[in-house]
Order: sequence, then structure tokens, then C-alpha cells
Amino acid sequence: MKPFRYERAEDVSGAVATLAGERTGEYLAGGTNLVDLMKLDIMQPDVLVDVRCLTSGEIEDLPDGGLRIGAAVTNSEVAADARVRSRYPVLSQALLSGASGQLRNLATTGGNLLQRTRCPYFYDTTTPCNKREPGTGCSALEGCNSGHAILGASRHCVATHPSDMAVAMTALDAVVRTQGPAGERETPITALYRLPGQEPERDTTLEHAELITAVDLPALELSSNSRYRKVRERASYAFALVSVAAALQVRDGVVLDARIALGGVAHRPWRARKAEDVLRGAPAIEQSFRAAAEAELADAVPLRDNAYKVPLAANVMTRTLLDLTEGR
Amino acid sequence: MTTTTERRAIGASVDRRDGPQKVTGTAPYAYEHRFDNPLYLFPVQSDVARGRVMRIDASAAEALPGVVAVLTHESAPRLADTSDSELAVLQAGDVAFRGQYVAAAIAETLETARYAASLVRVSCHQEHHDVELRADRDDLYKPDTVSPDYPTDTQEGDFDRAFSAAAVKLDETYTTPMEHHNPMEPHTTVALWEAGDLTVYESTQGAHWDRATLAQVFGLDQDRVRIIAPYVGGAFGSKTVHANTVLAVLAAQTAEGRPVKFALTRQQMFSGVGYRTPTIQRIRLAADGDGHLMATCHDVVDQTAKIKEFAEPAAVPTRTMYATQSRRTTHRLAALDVPAPSWMRAPGEAPGMFALESAMDEMAIKCGLDPVEFRIRNEPEVDAETGLPYSSRNLIACLREGARRFGWADRDPGPHARHDGRWQVGTGVASSTFPVVRFAGSVARISYLGNGRFLVAIDAADIGTGAWTALAQIAADALGADVDDIDLRIGDTRLPAASIAGGSSGITSWGSAIFEAARAFRERHGYSPSDGDQAEASTPENPDAGNYAMRAFGACFAEARVDADTGEVRIPRMTGVFAAGRIINPKTARSQFIGGMTWGLGMALHEESLVDPRFGHVLNHDFASYHIPANADSGQFDIAWIDEEDPYVNPMGSKGIGEIGIVGTAAAIANAVYHATGIRVRSLPITPAKLLG
Repeated sequence: MKPFRYERAEDVSGAVATLAGERTGEYLAGGTNLVDLMKLDIMQPDVLVDVRCLTSGEIEDLPDGGLRIGAAVTNSEVAADARVRSRYPVLSQALLSGASGQLRNLATTGGNLLQRTRCPYFYDTTTPCNKREPGTGCSALEGCNSGHAILGASRHCVATHPSDMAVAMTALDAVVRTQGPAGERETPITALYRLPGQEPERDTTLEHAELITAVDLPALELSSNSRYRKVRERASYAFALVSVAAALQVRDGVVLDARIALGGVAHRPWRARKAEDVLRGAPAIEQSFRAAAEAELADAVPLRDNAYKVPLAANVMTRTLLDLTEGR
Repeated sequence: MTTTTERRAIGASVDRRDGPQKVTGTAPYAYEHRFDNPLYLFPVQSDVARGRVMRIDASAAEALPGVVAVLTHESAPRLADTSDSELAVLQAGDVAFRGQYVAAAIAETLETARYAASLVRVSCHQEHHDVELRADRDDLYKPDTVSPDYPTDTQEGDFDRAFSAAAVKLDETYTTPMEHHNPMEPHTTVALWEAGDLTVYESTQGAHWDRATLAQVFGLDQDRVRIIAPYVGGAFGSKTVHANTVLAVLAAQTAEGRPVKFALTRQQMFSGVGYRTPTIQRIRLAADGDGHLMATCHDVVDQTAKIKEFAEPAAVPTRTMYATQSRRTTHRLAALDVPAPSWMRAPGEAPGMFALESAMDEMAIKCGLDPVEFRIRNEPEVDAETGLPYSSRNLIACLREGARRFGWADRDPGPHARHDGRWQVGTGVASSTFPVVRFAGSVARISYLGNGRFLVAIDAADIGTGAWTALAQIAADALGADVDDIDLRIGDTRLPAASIAGGSSGITSWGSAIFEAARAFRERHGYSPSDGDQAEASTPENPDAGNYAMRAFGACFAEARVDADTGEVRIPRMTGVFAAGRIINPKTARSQFIGGMTWGLGMALHEESLVDPRFGHVLNHDFASYHIPANADSGQFDIAWIDEEDPYVNPMGSKGIGEIGIVGTAAAIANAVYHATGIRVRSLPITPAKLLG
């Protein structure tokens, strides 16, 4: 582990100014992922700027009926919040399906969004990895890739995003509020995350020293009828093979509206807009759900070890939408 | 036949004597003993799987404040004996596997040592490496024996003729992956070299065994080496002297007079402290129209390391499990550029019985017989391997009692026929077995402390098994004393010698020595001893060893639920019934069986060390990616045992129980998954990907 400096600031502006003045550095919140990565020499920041106590630790009601979650609110607190549980059950379920109780008590909303991939080659500094060391090559492309992407990958990187929370937020059209050297801005979560393209070292569109301060969940009529289904090889404490976050609104047997995002299939939480388009106005029956899933997965490009993810994602999307229809 | 004494403590559910210390964090594990002014060690591992170190630049590391030394193959002290290549650490520049130690930093703090190690630049000449086990390799070879000393191949009757003539046949190949032991406490050494004396606080399953190894490797008299290991957080076959211990002692020799601490990281646990070889096992079975086995053949292909041979004895249980008119078993090895595999909990039995008991399930179906009945129908009268009768064999009783407890009687044999919502539900059964092992070389010393109290000293190891408690119970009955009056000392080479905690042999080997010492004590000092009276005795040979085959048996029943949409497998309940002689402590025994069956559950569904052949090391080298069961995966365990009287095995009448819990579990689960889904998975682990088709 490379030695680093540890800095604290008085407020968000101070933290941004501090990190903006450094060539390499990271914000430290819960540290549940970053500290591991530093111990393993996967990330080697010169400085850590502690923001744990700088951003909001509150969940506030927004005037339009939405919620604003401060970046420092822990995963446990979001999952347990009564408003989240009733208005956005998909988010509470996603959080509770991730990590362990101990980790959720420490991990923050802002930090969870910025988890790094769990690709084993990224995690092993003795193997080439374009995300860790740009230009060295992607070891997973022709290697052990059962956990890797089937959608939106490039030959430079086939890693997946590990967060469950972010998948639910992607389905919910969350907006990420940030403050950086250039000031404050709001970014739809779907625009926060990148596909790997030729720059897999960049997970997000955040600029250097840009700090997540809060996440806004817009009011959505359908979000109270939502759920998260995570498929994994063991019953707890495992990253998703595939996960589905879905919200569905059905009237008179017809789909009025749907929001669907997939986890474990791409470099970012994958918003399934093609499936949503197929669903709107379609009868709320298994055939429609299956057709929507297949439309979304038509572009899937499986690798050597992960072809199973295509039928798995189709099955889980179909089943989750059926369960939402039938109120199970 | 052994005479037995009245038993009051044996058979009682005595609470773990070390329990309060363990749950309060006051039981000192190797790293936690108090040391003045310690140093810390962090290794540098090779990033090629085969080659030669050409140059090491340690200048940046050595320039760091707090760095005491950087060891390389050029600077490390010379070892006296390098005949065991696995232990010839930093003696030459050759690299034999990826992850081999090629240097190490010694520093004042762990953080400095770790950082220094990352600054050491190692240039290797990389050679082509070969790490892929395949059954069709043309360089498979026949080892002289399989571990520890079983015949490599066996043959009874004319298998080929019987197989070709039989009415019902099976010919299938089963595979198990590379697996790593991963005890909760990583391999840990604190070594102090002082004026030619070596003291080692070690996480080990055999202090005396380790002492002999280190004395030989370092050219020391055994009485100048002391190993201390009172508490050990799991071992499973991996905790003998590996390269990590030698490296720590080399560092202690370099930094003479100061203790050097070295605990492996979890990632480092996946290279160089042993593992279970992957196996490729072809099974052929043939039966007559009544379901009697006519032909049995088990051909095993394992891997071993070029630097050290270890032959997993996977076909050995097939030599004794069932009656068959003809039988052939073989083992072949591929020697690869990999770390040496080694003993891992139930070596041979765990992978071998997955294959055999899966095949028995398939064969029962082919014969139109219930899997329990099929096994009962092929119960042997004697042990075919030796021709001897069994000292006790209660497999049938285990199967019947398990079937009763599990609710097997009304089972519909058809596959893929039961659903609960989206869950496909099935049940499966498999047999278990494990030999009764007795090692020579243990000595127990009993001293009278006055006031009815006795000191019992033996360098046994409690690797989490409950030996601290069970040995005190044995000593109490052997002496006719209360358990509370036994002061037990274990885990220190200054105590009388003891054999290793391996092969589920501890209670048989150490307990027999304690019984002998108690007998000698009473003979010499009677029932009114004086303070300080003492007697010592060693584990006797078993006079019945040549008269009987001695094994424990068991039956495992499992219910599997498989999600029709996702292929997720959950095991809500299992029943394990065992015939393992007298149970010394029902409470700790139950924990042992649950632990074994949980291990088997992990073997069935989760564990798999992934090697990318381009690189040659284990990629998923942490617990986020190498999965073992979490609590949520472990359902209800129904544990029971047969009251088995076996007067031949040892004075306690006990058989080892540390490993048998694993043995049938993986096959029982695979058989249940087949019953649930109609999909036969012959390649562990059983993952959703394999069930989605």
C-alpha cells in the first residue's frame, strides 16, 4: 500500500478546492471499497480528502413528492427509511440485497455509486487490465469471463458495474447532484455512467474533484409498484450474476408505464429502454414481458463463459414483471 | 479386543472448555501472543508461472525508513536441506509456479513491509508454462502410490469381461474443480531466532511434525526448536510447514534476536499453502437385472506439481464401498507448473465419493430401484480391499435411519415432478465413509497435582475441532476422575510428542495414548497418589489392526430447490446420520458434522478456484469471488448417529468424525438437483449457468 496524505476540509467547497489542487486523489466516505483497493495497490491516490461529515446525512422530501438522499446517508439508513420503503421499494430491496449488514452500516450513498468493478483481472495487479492500467489490454475478453458484460462492452473492457443500489436508481430516473471546481450541476444517473468504449479507465462522467452531494429521486406514480430481483450463486453476500430493477403500472390489463434496469450485464447499470418501449400499451401478460425482454437482449454479445446471462436476464425480467402484475 | 472402562465423561455434552476464551477474544492465536519489538514480513511473489529470476532491484525498498532488510535468493540465509523443493525458499532463482516467493521485505511496521515489498522490482526470464489438467494429455503418469501410501491401481476379477456382458451399464465422467482450504485464521508465523535457538508461534495442526520439518530444513537439533500453538483457527490439512513458515524463519535468522511476524493475506492463501487438485473421474458401473453390481471401474486423473508430488486418492473409497463381482481402480497424474496440491479435508473421499455416489444414483435409476435400496442390495460382507471383516459397518442402519428421519418413504422417484411456485423441488441421498486412522508416535504424560487434580500433557492440536474438551473427557474416564479435575496442556513441543491433527485421527491417536498413560499411572501409583506422581505412555499399536477393516460410515439426505427461471439452487434441509463408533462429546460432534456437511454444501454449489491458463494462478483469490456458504445458504441440519459399539478401534470405541460429514453431501445435493430438475450435473460446482442449459 502506497503512503498517502489524509486531508479534512471544513465544508464541501473546501473539500473540492483541496482535491482540485492535487494531481491524483480521491474522496473518502465509507471507504468500504476504496480502502481495499488501496491495500491491494489497485488504486494509489496521493491524497484522501475525507468527506464523510461534509455532505448531507439526511433524506428530505422534495416539493414534487420525490426524495433527496444526502450523499453521506448510509446504505442501511436508506434501506430502512419508511418513505423509501413505501414509495420506492425497489431501492430498499436493492440495498438490502447487497453486501453485508456491517458494510451497509458504513457504506454511503455517494460511495456506493462509485464502486469499482469486481472483474477479477481488475482486482489482480499482476494481470493486464485496461481499466486499471490503460493500454495493457483486457484479460477478461479471452479469459475467465462468466461474470462479465453481455451488453455495451468494447474490446477494451468487458467489466460490469457491481452496485445494486445504482441499478434501482437507474430504473427510477434518479438525478445525481454534484459540486466540482466548475460549480454545481445535476446529472441524470443514466448520464453519470459510461460505457467502456476506448476509455474503460473512466467509470463515470464526473470530472476530477467533482463530489456527489445528493441523489434526487423524482416522484413517480409507478415506483410504489416496484421490485428488485437479484440472481446470485449463493443466497447472500455475493455480487449479482444478473439483477433486475423494475417498476410497472398496469390499468385494465394494459401496461401504462414501465421502468426497467438491469445489473450484472454491462459496464453501467443498464436501462432497458427498448423493453420499456415494447411494453407501453401492450397487454400485461407473460408473452408481452418475454417479447420486451427479448427486444432488450437482441443486441447481447455473450463471451466464452457468460452465454447463460442472456436467457437468465430474459427469464428474470419476464418473471419480475409478471410478479409485479400479479402483485406477488 | 480392547478393554474399556466405565464412562461418565465420554458421551457427555461437555461445553467447550476454550469457548469463553474464544468468544471473548482472549485465546491467543499465533499472531496475538505478546512480543517486544517485533518486525514484520511481507513477501514478493513471482508474476510468471515458470522461469528464472534474472535481476532484483530492491534499492527503492531498502531506502525506505523502517526497512530492515530485503531477502532475495541471493541474500537469504542458506538452508541445510533443500530436498523438499516446496520448502527450498529463496535458495535459487528458479520459478516453478506463479505466486512463488521471490523476495521479502522485513520492516518495523506491517505497513512499511507491505509498501517496501511493492517497491521491489523483479525481472524474470519467462518460460513457457503448462497449467492445464485434461484427461487427454499424453504425459499422464502413474505414481508409485497415492496419498499417503495406498496402491495406485487395484484390480479384482475381470472388469472388462463383466462390464461388456452386463445387462445395465453406466459410463460417465465426473469432475471436481480446484478448491482451497481457507481456514478463517490465515497461515501465521511468529519466529524468533536467538543464539541458535528457534522459537516459532505457529498456526499449525501438528507442532511436533513442524518441529521435525524445520529442524531438518534449517539443520538444527530438534531440541533447539520450539513450536507453540495452543489455539488454531482452522487448518483442514493446509497447516503444516509450507514455504511461508520457512520464509518467516529465514527472516528471523536474518534479524536475529527480534521476533518476525508473518500472517498471509487472504489473497496469499491461494498460492503455496496447498489446495485440492481438480479431478477428472471416469466411472463405469454394470449391474445384473436385479441391481447387483457386476463391474465397477473408477479411473481418476489428478494434477500435481512438478516440484512436489501429491496424488489425491479419489478412487480409494470405491475399493471398499460396495460389493461387486469385478473391480478396477486407477490413478494418473499430470505434473504441472503449479503450486503443490496437498491434503484437504477428506482427501480422496470428498471428490471420489461425489463421483461414485452420483454414479450410484444414476445406476439405481437405470436399474429401476430406489437409491437407498440399490445401495443396501450391494452391501459387501467383507472389505474387498483387505479381505477382512469390518470391525463395525452400519451403512445400512444409517441409510434406513436417515430415510426415516428425512421422510424418504413416500418419495416419487420421477425427476422434475414437484413444484412449489417457481421452485422445482427434489431429494437425494448418498453414502459416506472415512477410514479409522491411528498414527504412531504420540506420548501422554499424566502428573498428579494433589486435591484430586491431574495434569495431562500431550502436544496435540485443537484446530477448532474440540480437542481441548474431548481429550479432557477421555482423560477423566481413563483416570476415573471428574472432567473438572483434568488440567490439559496441548499445543507446545515442550510437551510430550503427538502426531498431527489429520486424517480424523486425533482422538484415536492421542486418546489411546492418554488411556495407556492413565493405565500406567494407576498401576504405578494406585488410587491414592502423591503430589508429583507421574506416568507416561505412548499410543500402542492396535492389536486388532490386522484382523479387521475399520471405517466410519454415514448417509446424507438433501432437499434441493431450484428456481425454474434462474437456476439458483437452495438447500433448505439436510439429514446426516453417521455410524462412527462412540461419540465422545455429542455437542461438539454435532458441530463437527454440521461443519462437514456445510463444507460439502459449499463443494456442491460454490467452491471453485478459477485458473486462467495464460497466467497460471488463481484469479478469484478472495472471499468476494471464491464463494463458501453464508448463513443464508445453510438450511436446517438434522444430525443423528447410530449407537455403534466397536470394541476394536481404540479404548474409547470411537471413530474420527472431522471429515466424514463432507463425504456424501455433494453427491446427495447433486442427486437432489437431478430429482428436482431432470438435469444431471456431473461437474462441480452446480451453478445457475449449468442449470439454465
